[in-house]
Amino acid sequence: MTLELAANQGSAPVTDTVDQSPLAVRGMTVSYGQKPVVFSVDMTIVQGSMTAIIGPNGAGKSTLLKAALGIVKPLAGQSMVYGAPLRGQRQKIAYVPQRASVDWDFPTRVIDVVLMGLYRELGLLRRIKARHIEKARACLERVGMSDFADRQIGQLSGGQQQRVFLARALAQGAELYLLDEPFAGVDAATEKAIIDVLKGLKAEGKTVVAVHHDLATVTEYFDRVFMINTRKIAEGSVAEAYTRENLDMTYGGRLATGQIDQLDLIAS
Amino acid sequence: MLFDALALQLGYNATLVTIGATFLGIASGVTGTFLFLRKRALVSDAISHATLPGVGLAFIVMVMLGGDGRNLPGLLFGSAVSATLGLLIVNWLTRRTRLAEDAAIGAVLSVFFGFGIVLLTVIQSMSSGRQAGLEGFLLGSTAGMLWSDAVVIAVGGAATLLAVLTFRRPMALVAFDPEFAAASGLKVGQIDLIIMGLAMAVTVVGLKIVGLILIVAMLIIPPVTARFWTDRTDYVAAIAGLVGGISGYIGAAISASAPSFPTGPIIVLVSFTIFAVSLVLAPNRGILAALIRHVRFQRRVHMRQGLLALAQGQPIYERLTLNLLRRAGLARADGVATETGRARAAKALRDEKRWEVVRSDRQHEGAAALYDGLREIETVLTVDQISEIDRRIGGPKEAVAP
Repeated sequence: MTLELAANQGSAPVTDTVDQSPLAVRGMTVSYGQKPVVFSVDMTIVQGSMTAIIGPNGAGKSTLLKAALGIVKPLAGQSMVYGAPLRGQRQKIAYVPQRASVDWDFPTRVIDVVLMGLYRELGLLRRIKARHIEKARACLERVGMSDFADRQIGQLSGGQQQRVFLARALAQGAELYLLDEPFAGVDAATEKAIIDVLKGLKAEGKTVVAVHHDLATVTEYFDRVFMINTRKIAEGSVAEAYTRENLDMTYGGRLATGQIDQLDLIAS
Repeated sequence: MLFDALALQLGYNATLVTIGATFLGIASGVTGTFLFLRKRALVSDAISHATLPGVGLAFIVMVMLGGDGRNLPGLLFGSAVSATLGLLIVNWLTRRTRLAEDAAIGAVLSVFFGFGIVLLTVIQSMSSGRQAGLEGFLLGSTAGMLWSDAVVIAVGGAATLLAVLTFRRPMALVAFDPEFAAASGLKVGQIDLIIMGLAMAVTVVGLKIVGLILIVAMLIIPPVTARFWTDRTDYVAAIAGLVGGISGYIGAAISASAPSFPTGPIIVLVSFTIFAVSLVLAPNRGILAALIRHVRFQRRVHMRQGLLALAQGQPIYERLTLNLLRRAGLARADGVATETGRARAAKALRDEKRWEVVRSDRQHEGAAALYDGLREIETVLTVDQISEIDRRIGGPKEAVAP
């Protein structure tokens, strides 16, 4: 399996890892209007890793993720999932959107939201059976939300809402988990619950990618980083790539030196 | 008279209209639910106004071909074609230009409607146009409804309902979380077109009975009403169908019982009545329920603050607090605690101290999250946990301030 890269001089040479990579993005450019938000970005996610996508506000982190999944239409570029085009591989991907992207007053219960994760299995008309409900409840159990199954989603706290979204992704039974700011505005208990689930997924051999905001927890939570500010700045293991130089380049001096000093940088 | 109409005893035409309106009400309520949940209810306004030029053109074409210009299936087909065109234009303007949806709706609605009115005027001046009665499509006209018209409405309504049932899952998914839906491989744009297309179908089916101006009400009011009564998507759709059906049935019956009552507007007024009742009386989401909740909460707050004030020997200034304490037999009119009052106050203060311990102890993190100043500590912790906390605070004597 080779990739067509003729029109894409900006990208790094394709390595063997593309074939096995859970998600390989090549030459991705996305623009809302005339100004690109993401420009010619390559990203190769490593199988079994936990990758943090970091960068300042408006640097294209979420957009990159959405373009890779075909949620927004890129100007250029493509993404390959386990060496094949996205189209036939969607069942291997679970996605957790930003919590703020939906209306939580929507008339639906927690269990119904988790059942949405089984949509690919249920299709248009198949009846929801006891085993589907069982599966959804098991996913709620994993995020510590089984007592809330019958609640209307608007009655939940922000952290609980985030855990319900994670449970829905778990119900998808995927290999690759893409999360858009899963820790944004959640309480400490939820953050712990979520990271435990994600580490559990990694232990099962799944791959996790999360848009992440909190630089202080990168080394603790993740083993790889992808740093972006419209263009790719760096990509690699936390030990190699999560350096002061790369942070400076990514944030363009917007981080105070003191802030960087407080980070638990492995190499600098 | 009204009773006769409700029992379908008011003659052939009235019966046809009543049955047709009931079917239409069910179909429009269920279909409108997904438009409402997708927050695009107003698109139906553009769609319905865009039917008019289709009606006019269909009449002209049928007359020119030597047929009867008033043939209902022919007119409905024409209206469907122009409504689809209007819908696609709204969709295109919203997705491909910087125009916001409300502006796109306004533009399409007025242009199509204006063109339609021009066509109706032209038809009036045609030799066979005088008896056309096409203006009946504006507000609906049920006089002289034929058996075949009723069949068209029933079949069209049933087909739409079936389509809604088939696509209910992807439509609900797109309405709730379009990004997740897209990531799951659903074509969000196509699902949106299905949602709008089904609303278009109901609009066309309902032209004869309610007319294009008021059909919007039949798509929007039932789901909005249903939302008051339930927190589940499928129940909203079902209740909306029920509200729509009942409105159609009662509205048509009322209008049949008095010759001067127009059917469409009466149906709309009936559904509005059900809406108004729901708005006030619905449990949880109704105005009355919200008011009662607020008053109850306020009283609990005052009671609690009053007890804490008693326990700490502080004066109580607020009338409401004093009244509540007095009525519960906890304080006298001059603000001095009764015997029960003193006991309850001591307990309240003690609970406050217990909560303090709970909130400063990481071991009780889960319980501490439930603290809101009002919750009884017994509902959160076990008896053993509480006595453990009491050991830390010390005996009851020390906890009660002088």
